[in-house]
Amino acid sequence: MNISFENKNIIIMGVANKRSIAWGIAEVLHKAGANLIFTYGKERSKKNIEKLVETLENQNHLILPCDVTDDEAIHQTFNTIKEKVGIIHGVAHSVAFANKEELEGEFVDTSREGFLLAQNVSAYSLTAIAREARPLMTEGGSIVTISYLGGERVVRNYNVMGVAKASLEASVMYLANDLGKDDIRVNAISAGPLRTLSAKGVSDFNSVVKVIEERSPLRRSITLEEVGNTALFLFSELSTAITGEVLHVDSGYHTIGI
Amino acid sequence: MAEDILDRVKKIVADRLDVDEADVKPEASFKEDLEADSLDVVELVMELEDEFDLEISDEDAEKILTVGDVVEYIENHK
Repeated sequence: MNISFENKNIIIMGVANKRSIAWGIAEVLHKAGANLIFTYGKERSKKNIEKLVETLENQNHLILPCDVTDDEAIHQTFNTIKEKVGIIHGVAHSVAFANKEELEGEFVDTSREGFLLAQNVSAYSLTAIAREARPLMTEGGSIVTISYLGGERVVRNYNVMGVAKASLEASVMYLANDLGKDDIRVNAISAGPLRTLSAKGVSDFNSVVKVIEERSPLRRSITLEEVGNTALFLFSELSTAITGEVLHVDSGYHTIGI
Repeated sequence: MAEDILDRVKKIVADRLDVDEADVKPEASFKEDLEADSLDVVELVMELEDEFDLEISDEDAEKILTVGDVVEYIENHK
């Protein structure tokens, strides 16, 4: 069994800053020897990624723009990756967005526009990216996306993003079935609450972490590195028969009823 | 206004918002004078929580509009 990531090219989408889940994944994969390709949606993230990459031992990683709401832009980004890197082995998709005012109050008040925006950025983008990644994964591959319990159950204030995550998790199953023919696996990590920029956008986030610390089987919150480690597992040859799966990295909180 | 807190806040704000430390005056408004967008403000709040080891609630964060507001908040919650 080979779990080295030497000569493995993995695309990391969604680093906004040092607290981003995508960055947690990038750090772990970098340590394992992977060659990383970062994509960003906003200019502000580009600067942050550049600074973060400077902290890595090997700083020779591509940083490319990719607007995940624009099919042509995605196509161009993957064309550039094809030219400069050739074959890719993995994609970490850690991208989501919803209007802040719809991450509080009642879900029933979600606007049509806000609903579609959340679906577009947070769910459809995975399908668009899988379609572009597929032809570059000629040696087989692994696609990992990030979800949350709010896609399976009601989590206060998560609202429109919960519905987007439900859609994302369903997409994982369908994509896994399509891409399995080409030995490409598609899985999701349902991560416990982490203090990321996105999480802080959800109203009253601080109290959610306290619930995990008190009530989860492990009685503690999770770390960025633990999500990174699980992503490494899903990208590695340790998980070659796992696809279409949603793996919970949440101190076991999803098992708890009353 | 405590000078050492102001200095620490200035450093964080200048670094996060990519502005000159000299422009980070107590009366400077984040959104207008320092051109911070809503994501910048959230990022800033998180940096301040880490630096000063405190938790700023959403309600309180909404009331923080200027650099001086931050310093005052930290002084009152230390």
